[in-house]
Amino acid sequence: MALLTVIGAINQALDQEMAIDKTVVVFGEDVGLEGGVFRATVDLQKKYGKDRCFDTPLAEAAIIGAGVGMAINGLKPVAEIQFSGFIFPGYDQIVSHVARMRNRTRGKYTVPMVIRMPHGGGIRALEHHSENIETLLAHIPGLKVVVPATPYDAKGLMISAIRDEDPVIFLEPSKIYRAFKQEVPEEEYTIPIGKAKIVKPGKDVTVVTWGAYVRETEKAIKELEEEGISVELIDLRTISPIDKDTIITSVKKTGRFVVVHEAAKSFGPGAELMALVNEGAFLYLEAPPTRLTGFDITVPLPKGEHHYLLDPKRIAYGIRNVVKF
Amino acid sequence: MIAENYNPLEGKMFGVLDKDGNVINEGFVPEVSNEKLIEFYKTMLLTRCADNKALQLQRQGRMLTYAPNTGQEAAQVGSAGAIEERDWLVPAFRDLGAWLTKGVTLEQVYLYWYGNEFGSKFDDSVKMLPVAVPIATQLNHAVGIAMASKIKGEDEVTIAYIGDGGTSEGDFHEALNFAGVFSSPVVFIVQNNQYAISVSRTIQTMSKTIAQKAVAYGIPGVQVDGNDVLAMYAATKEAVDRARRGEGPTLIEALTYRLGAHTTSDDPTRYREDREVEEWKEKDPIKRFKKYLIDRGLWSEEKDNAQIEEFENYALETFKVVENSGETKLEDIFKYHYKEMPKHLQEQYEEYKAYLEREVK
Repeated sequence: MALLTVIGAINQALDQEMAIDKTVVVFGEDVGLEGGVFRATVDLQKKYGKDRCFDTPLAEAAIIGAGVGMAINGLKPVAEIQFSGFIFPGYDQIVSHVARMRNRTRGKYTVPMVIRMPHGGGIRALEHHSENIETLLAHIPGLKVVVPATPYDAKGLMISAIRDEDPVIFLEPSKIYRAFKQEVPEEEYTIPIGKAKIVKPGKDVTVVTWGAYVRETEKAIKELEEEGISVELIDLRTISPIDKDTIITSVKKTGRFVVVHEAAKSFGPGAELMALVNEGAFLYLEAPPTRLTGFDITVPLPKGEHHYLLDPKRIAYGIRNVVKF
Repeated sequence: MIAENYNPLEGKMFGVLDKDGNVINEGFVPEVSNEKLIEFYKTMLLTRCADNKALQLQRQGRMLTYAPNTGQEAAQVGSAGAIEERDWLVPAFRDLGAWLTKGVTLEQVYLYWYGNEFGSKFDDSVKMLPVAVPIATQLNHAVGIAMASKIKGEDEVTIAYIGDGGTSEGDFHEALNFAGVFSSPVVFIVQNNQYAISVSRTIQTMSKTIAQKAVAYGIPGVQVDGNDVLAMYAATKEAVDRARRGEGPTLIEALTYRLGAHTTSDDPTRYREDREVEEWKEKDPIKRFKKYLIDRGLWSEEKDNAQIEEFENYALETFKVVENSGETKLEDIFKYHYKEMPKHLQEQYEEYKAYLEREVK
């Protein structure tokens, strides 16, 4: 076992899958020679050659659209979009083709590609570098959407994504790319897509979050436990399809539900999760399902971003209010 | 070399036959067997008959919205006739002649326009993507397929279709640029039929030709008389051979004309003069090729009449099969979104099915 960061774990997963599966190709802007602006693909071109890890022109529609063609013609494309805020020129390809090809051709052609991208804020970045777009992707039938929160999960989920026969959008919280290290097994392993993880069991309230906010929420929980509030923390890990069973089972036990996410509030993933809780555990609820989220505003530039992002204090405050309802 | 001799920047268009079927370019008449010439002609004729039938049936309220194809048969059959079974075809949506050439059955074509996804599930041996409605997006798929062929070391070529309107989309430029950069074995066919619904080609671009856009991507481009099946075959064959040799992509502009409406919901008299349509009818691709074949003793008016009658009956009988194929199975609208139906989708399906069984019967 080695101590790896999230970015190191992603690199190792790509490396190991490329080694055992010759059809895996990795491409995007700056991914080849440079190894990616965050270094997720570092050394892959050196190791596997320019046919299997290559730089592309600056063109998101072509990166994703060509990936569709490669997948149809027998490759396993792993495309990098440099930031989730730059996905939109390629969004048409995702919505109109990546997600639909299997259904449109009644299974004749499929697009088992991975589209990975840095995601979310908190890195004091320029405009369009801090977006949270889970809903825009999870709303589309035919896609799977994954967000890892730890190096261990990043590796296992990436290997699952590459081996999946359906298209997987892999959102990588850039804030935790290098925030901490974790023991990650050298050998390959998978973590099932569509399965949430109970990070910490508890009995008073169920809190669901994902990505960079798992760490923030863990800090909040420490504060709450000192006050005698027992929190069950669930890392959703997959935004689509949602692991409804794990959430509903937990809420039936705790009677309270809070979802914490960085994305804007209205029509955000929290709305879907609260709806599921209402449908599945209505009679068990002791307080209204609640969401702690970003505001319905454009993510502010770094000098104002701290108001938008939730810190452990605000998360603890929100959870405390639900427990005391 | 056609691409070298017909530089679009010099205003040159490549053609072999004039509008009356006379050879005007002896040096460039492609070598095609008599059997293949007749096959081309029959496919063009079937395309025309199937198109007319679909239109007729739509007017009777039996076919749904349909995009007529008449006038563009040579651009489609000539180009698709230049690829082989191992090659890929990536269509737009008005390429009926190309699909039939590639081996798609008329039943599948009608099934698609009749509103059933199984119309896009072609036989395994037919390496063709489904119709692409979002304009120009398909060109990037073609480039990706071609990139994969190259990476895997397979000598397949991909041919992709688009219209003049599509050349204004960003995907067109991204695809041509990618294909150039990666020297992908792909041939782009622009069917310039002069109109994107009502917007004329002159409003789409200030470029004098569409073919000349190739220059900016560092790839060969040639403008071809799209109503001349021999010219389309010759130009495409040359491009396909070049791609197969590893020499990269080509852009071919087929100058043609949509004699019918954009779709059955469109009224072209609102945006173009009858006189213009009449002028293009004079350049009909089928009329001129028929003359060429008759001049060489390969075809006759009698054969033609009999063939048309046969194809018209075939089209009608085929449509009747489609018409009687019934509704889409409920399970099928759910089950092809993922390899395995996720639980939430399974629940939605089961709940609705139970409702139908209980409340509708």
